[in-house]
Amino acid sequence: MPTQGVRVIEFQSVTKRYADGTVAVDSLDLTIDAGRITVLVGPSGCGKTTSLRMINRMVEATSGTILVNGEDIRAQRPATLRRGIGYVIQNAGLFPHRTVIDNIATVPVLLGTKKAAARRRAEELLDTVGLPRELGKRYPAQLSGGQQQRVGVARALAADPPVLLMDEPFSAVDPVVRDDLQEELLRLQSELGKTIVFVTHDIDEAIKLGDKVAVLRVGGELAQYDTPATLLAKPVDDFVASFVGRDRGYRALGFLSAHGAEVVPLSTIPLGSPVDEARAALTGGWGVVVDENQAPLGWVSTSSLSTVEGELRSADLVAGGSLYVADSPKSGSLRTALDAALSSPSGVGIAVDSGGAVTGGVTAESVLKALDEARRSGEVPS
Amino acid sequence: MNWVIDHIPELLSAAVDHLQLALLPVVVGLVLSLPLGWVANRWTVARAILVPVSGLLYTIPSLALFVMMPLLLGTKILDPINVQAALTIYTVALLVRSIADALAAVPDSVVQAASAMGYRTVGRFFAVELPLAIPVLVAGVRVAAVSNISLVAVGQIIGVGGLGYFLLHGAQSSPPNYQEIIAGIALIVLLALVVDGLLALAGRALTPWTRQQRGPVGRGRSVVSR
Repeated sequence: MPTQGVRVIEFQSVTKRYADGTVAVDSLDLTIDAGRITVLVGPSGCGKTTSLRMINRMVEATSGTILVNGEDIRAQRPATLRRGIGYVIQNAGLFPHRTVIDNIATVPVLLGTKKAAARRRAEELLDTVGLPRELGKRYPAQLSGGQQQRVGVARALAADPPVLLMDEPFSAVDPVVRDDLQEELLRLQSELGKTIVFVTHDIDEAIKLGDKVAVLRVGGELAQYDTPATLLAKPVDDFVASFVGRDRGYRALGFLSAHGAEVVPLSTIPLGSPVDEARAALTGGWGVVVDENQAPLGWVSTSSLSTVEGELRSADLVAGGSLYVADSPKSGSLRTALDAALSSPSGVGIAVDSGGAVTGGVTAESVLKALDEARRSGEVPS
Repeated sequence: MNWVIDHIPELLSAAVDHLQLALLPVVVGLVLSLPLGWVANRWTVARAILVPVSGLLYTIPSLALFVMMPLLLGTKILDPINVQAALTIYTVALLVRSIADALAAVPDSVVQAASAMGYRTVGRFFAVELPLAIPVLVAGVRVAAVSNISLVAVGQIIGVGGLGYFLLHGAQSSPPNYQEIIAGIALIVLLALVVDGLLALAGRALTPWTRQQRGPVGRGRSVVSR
C-alpha cells in the first residue's frame, strides 16, 4: 500500500505511437495532484482515453515513464497494478451474469477476500453510492442506466483504491441523470478524497467536476493545464478558447460566490390577498406572490392585476424566473444570481434562503457590480 | 408388441450403451472445442483456418468416417472407440464455430472492464467470457448431442451401434421384424428428446440472469420503501 500523502500520478514525456504510425499521445508531461479530481478533456482523437488507460497499463506507453505513488507502473504485473486502481468504464461495463452485489465484490474477491466478507462490504458500498440495498440481488439488466453507473462506481471503490480512473463514465446517460451522477461524484469525493482522473469530451462536465483540467488537442498534445476558473478566464490560445466555448465569460461567473451581490428587499404578497392590497404592495410595478412558507410562486404587475377582481389566485400569476440561494455558506454563484435576474419577468432575480423562502431581489446591475469588486480584489484570475 | 415385451432387458441395455456412445464424445468434444474456439475468437488468422476446416469435417459422411477410424487409430474393428472418436470429431466440428461466435458476442466493454478489474487472461475466460457464452454454447451442445444420438445407429455398420443393432437386425430378419425396427427408432427418438430437454433445462439453470425481467424495475413495486 502507498504511504500516506504521496498519492500522485506523474507522466514523464509519455508517448504512445501505434503500429500504423498514429501518435495518440505526444510526449506528455503531467502531474496529477493527490486527492483531487483531474479532468482530461479534448476533442476525439486527442488521446485523453489513451492517456488514462496508460495509467493502469490497459494501453502500454511507447516511451516515457508513468509513476504512481513514485513507483514506475512497469514494476508490477498489469493485473496486480489494476487491482490497486479503481476503474469506471463508459456504459458501466458491469458483468451481466453477476448480481449487483457480486459485481461490486469483484476486486476484493480477486484480492483474496472471503466471499461473505466481500459481499458485506459490497452492501455498504450500495449505501455509499446512494442505492437501496434491495438492488443488490438484481442483475445489471434490471437496473436503469444511472443505477448501473452508480454500481460501476461502487465496484471501482470496493477495494478502497487510492486512485480512481473514470473513462467518460456519464456520457451514455440522459442529461438529468448525468447531473445527478455528477453531484453524487462531488459529494462522494468530498467524503473520500480519492485521486481521480476523469476523462470526458464535455467541457461543461470538465469545468463542473475538475479541481484541475487538462485540455488536450488532437495528436495528443497538452494545450493547457489549469484550474477551471483560470481556463475560462485565461485560455492560452485560440484552440483552448474555442474549445472552452463562446460563453466562457458567462460561465466563469459560476466560480464566483454571489455573496458580494447586493440583495434588496422585495415586497411579497401572500396568495389569496385581496387584489387591492396587492396593487398597493407593488414596488416598481412588480410584486412577488408567496405561499404560506414564503416560497415564491410567481409575479404580479400593475398590468397583470388590471383585469383581476377579488382575491389573488394562482391563475393570475406571471411565471417567475430561476431562483438562487443567497444563504451563506451554501450561497449560489454570480452565474445563478445573474441568471435569476435575467430570467425574471420583472428584471429582478429572486433570492431565497436554503429553506426556499424569499429573502430579497437581485438585479443584473448588482451582479456586475459584484463582479467588478471581485476583479479589483483579485478574486478573478487575470 | 409381443416382441418388445419379450426384449425389454436387451432394449434397455442397448439404450444405455447408445447414450454412452453418443454422449461421451459430446463431453470430450466440448473440452477440445473450448481452447480451439477461444483461439479462433482471439486471432483472425486462426479463425480463418479453424472455422472452415471444422465445417468441412462435418460434411464427411458418417459411414465413411466410421469405416476409416480403425485405419486411422489402429484400433480393432469392433472397438467402441472407433464410433466415439468419429462422433467427437463431429462434435468439435459443430462446437468450434459455436464457441468462437459465442465468445465474440461477449460485449467488448465487459471484457475490457474485466481486464481493468485485474483479471488475467485465463481467469477472465472462466469467470466472465465462458459464463456469458453459455446460452449460445448450450444451443451448440444440444445440436451436437441430438446429432450424435442419431449417428450412433450408423455405427452398427462397423458392429458398434447401440440401438442401431435392432434396426439392422430387424431389417435383415426374414421376414423383416417391423416391431423390432420401430422399437429401435422410437427409443432413439425418445433418447434424443429427453437429452435435448435435459440440456435445455441445464442451460436455464446455469444462466439465471437471462430470465430476469429486462429493463429497469420501478422502485415502488419490488423495493421495500416506507
